[in-house]
Amino acid sequence: MSNHTDHKTMTLKLVVWRQEGPDKPGRFEHYEAKGITEHHSFLEMLDVVNEDLIKAGKDPIAFDHDCREGICGMCSAVVNGVPHGGQKRTTLCQLHMRKFKDGDVIYLEPWRARAFPIIKDLVVSRGALDKLIQAAGHVGVHTGGVPDGNAILVSKIAADYAMDAAECIGCGACVAACPNGAAMLFAGAKVAQLAELPQGQVEAPERVAEMVRAMAENGFGNCSNHYECEAACPKGINVKFIARLNREFLKALVLEKVGAREKSAAGAGG
Amino acid sequence: MILDGKAPTGRIQDSWDNYRFELKLVNPANKRKYKVLVVGTGLAGASAAASLGELGYNVEAFCYQDSPRRAHSIAAQGGINAAKAYPNDGDSIYRLFYDTIKGGDFRAREADVWRLAQVSNNIIDQCVAQGVPFARDYAGYLDNRSFGGAQVSRTFYARGQTGQQLLLGAYSALSRQIKAGTVKMFPRTEMLDLVVVDGEAKGITIRDLVTGEVRCHTGDAVVLATGGYVNVFYLSTNAMGCSVTAIWKAHKKGAYLANPCYTQIHPTCIPQAGDYQSKLTLMSESLRNDGRCWVPKKKEDVNKRPGDIPEEDRDYYLERKYPSFGNLAPRDIASRAAKEQCDDERGVGPGGRGVYLDFAASIKRLGEDKIRERYGNLFEMYERITGEDGYKQPMRIYPAPHYSMGGLWVDYNLMSNVPGLFVLGEANFSVHGANRLGASALMQGLADGYFVIPYTIGGYLAQVKAPGKVKPDAAECVQSIKEVAATEEKYLSIGGKKTVTEFIRELGNVMWEDVGMARSKASLGHALQRIPAIREEFWKNVKVSGTGAEFNQQLENAGRTADFLEFAELLTRDALHREESCGGHFRVEHQYPDGEAKRDDANFCYAGAWEFKGVGKEPELHKEPLKFDNVHLAVRSYK
Repeated sequence: MSNHTDHKTMTLKLVVWRQEGPDKPGRFEHYEAKGITEHHSFLEMLDVVNEDLIKAGKDPIAFDHDCREGICGMCSAVVNGVPHGGQKRTTLCQLHMRKFKDGDVIYLEPWRARAFPIIKDLVVSRGALDKLIQAAGHVGVHTGGVPDGNAILVSKIAADYAMDAAECIGCGACVAACPNGAAMLFAGAKVAQLAELPQGQVEAPERVAEMVRAMAENGFGNCSNHYECEAACPKGINVKFIARLNREFLKALVLEKVGAREKSAAGAGG
Repeated sequence: MILDGKAPTGRIQDSWDNYRFELKLVNPANKRKYKVLVVGTGLAGASAAASLGELGYNVEAFCYQDSPRRAHSIAAQGGINAAKAYPNDGDSIYRLFYDTIKGGDFRAREADVWRLAQVSNNIIDQCVAQGVPFARDYAGYLDNRSFGGAQVSRTFYARGQTGQQLLLGAYSALSRQIKAGTVKMFPRTEMLDLVVVDGEAKGITIRDLVTGEVRCHTGDAVVLATGGYVNVFYLSTNAMGCSVTAIWKAHKKGAYLANPCYTQIHPTCIPQAGDYQSKLTLMSESLRNDGRCWVPKKKEDVNKRPGDIPEEDRDYYLERKYPSFGNLAPRDIASRAAKEQCDDERGVGPGGRGVYLDFAASIKRLGEDKIRERYGNLFEMYERITGEDGYKQPMRIYPAPHYSMGGLWVDYNLMSNVPGLFVLGEANFSVHGANRLGASALMQGLADGYFVIPYTIGGYLAQVKAPGKVKPDAAECVQSIKEVAATEEKYLSIGGKKTVTEFIRELGNVMWEDVGMARSKASLGHALQRIPAIREEFWKNVKVSGTGAEFNQQLENAGRTADFLEFAELLTRDALHREESCGGHFRVEHQYPDGEAKRDDANFCYAGAWEFKGVGKEPELHKEPLKFDNVHLAVRSYK
């Protein structure tokens, strides 16, 4: 009844990583996605494949997803070698099938990184990113007893810079894209956000030192300037925040602030 | 039964301060003896868990996502209200209170709304201190914008991602407590039952979504902050995992569910493109500041390209019907108007379910650059999803289910009628009445979590004399685990022919068509026939493969769908019983000649709280009469 309804449909060949559990061997399996229109999102295309698998009595492909509007950071798969599929500033859930054509072969793999063990198929555990935030990705403020929001002024430039960093959705594509499995972009974004704002500056040296320690402890590698992270980031987080992390770390070293908190606590205890 | 909301009496301006003073306290040294279970880690749950952990309670927090940072609070775009009155434009706590009561169409408890308005200012301060990068002006001061339903600028924002930034603030506070050891976090964990011992909430039964293990966690109080239920319509702006399950399980264990028929349909969403569709995407309603809504005047024009329809053949229906508010009419009104045009077969796009949102006039007036500066990210999003360029041709929009004002009934302490069971955020029914104003959901979630529950839960715990008494080996826990496991076994053993998605889609269709934007006695009656039939078929013909002892997304969805299939009936019954139109609930029988909602204060000025009596059985209605001592009951008008 309208000019939008008669879509041509596509058939796509999928080659998907299947793995039953963390300790099970994985393998690629071949599937066909039929009747796909340009308006299907990538995940809706996977829904179609899964409905067919379920009806055929087979185990559907497990994949993470939730908001399906590009903000929760839950969806995560490597499409043809590129995390989230390679459309600029686009999460996998926002990638649409008009970017593909009939007959295309699509390889689908989970995030692959030492810090992200596979749970099933395309689903990995990203708890290591939570561990970084737990270690140092916060301001040590209690609920209540804080000054008025306008008591400490923040320049618009600083607020905008902090917001650029804070847009990170924690999906882990940067880690998956990095040949070293580094979380420097993720960690750098948080360190930079909080170091730029007066509210976070008091703890900045300890925060960056703790963040660096936690990255090593949780199985992440280091940055060697490939910039694959920024290219894969669905929010376009800039690698300048990695430089900021390095700078903050050096500053903390020079100022002998690394470990200062522990020393101070030990002194008080004596 | 007449329910008592335990709202304090006396001057409303002093009500929360006096009440806080009268609440019992738990001695700091004793707090660690109490354990609180917090389910859900969105704005309300994360802020509650963090604040309770800081106070010294033992907290266990649970979420179904892989990280607490992913809760759907993250998707809120526009902003958060507060009565700071920074712009010197006449705002005050009283005005925020008044606007919220009126916006809710006079169906919320005054004292709760007052408290919300009062603590709104603390929320902004708290978030700033956490490092939330709110928008600032060049002098460094916090910036405000205006939003629907208010005549002052009181909305604080962080670009178009305010929900994300506030959630990440709460998540960082929560993370800090996890590191400190006061909160133990259980991600990828879903609550599947509430454990009630001697009439009080003392535990939850959960499923570990990775291993499939079903086990009980016990504590001295349970806090549900599990969000809303509009996925009962299947297609909504909610995340795929949002469900009614936690509050429905609590309802089946005795907690009353209030006003489930109050659901908000958001007017500016991208229309459905096909049957395969899994969700609807919202675009900030700020678009209506510069976009004009129209449909063709003539039915035969709906398939024409919009550019080929001359100005005189376009119906700018909002400007025609509401000359003074025009395209900025409130959400419920704008949504219904779009539906009317499409019901009249003048809708555009797939299935005739869409209206144009046209920026041509604004682009001509302000230039494309100005429009790009204001809404560039939204135009990008629209193009990603539809493949159409909103600068060159009008966008197509259609309303979509967005938010639920109803939820578990709570008293002023945010405690349900089951002692020890507290409910926060969208999961409760408390402050939004029959309609929520923009930028008020974030405010409520954080108010409940940071500034209400830390006080009111103490009042309950102080009289729990033997903390930690109920252990996971209690008979009630063992029984609950047995029942959960048996239900799971049932899903897996049916071996039918239809997938879970087919059932929820079918239910969603019925709910959207019969219990959506416009409800009638006939449509609701039809739904009450269809829902039990779909439910019956589900239990005979659903196909769920795999086992319970593994990561099994089908099994998760089966459980959520089964609960929606029961809950949908309650929502429909509530809509049928409420013989009036108010806020998000529109009964076609109850309207003024010009099509506006007709409230019936003489008969329906109460919160309707339902008591579960068995699946498919008539629930029992309990009423909490609403009194308006500070705001006079009046008809909402936006003409």
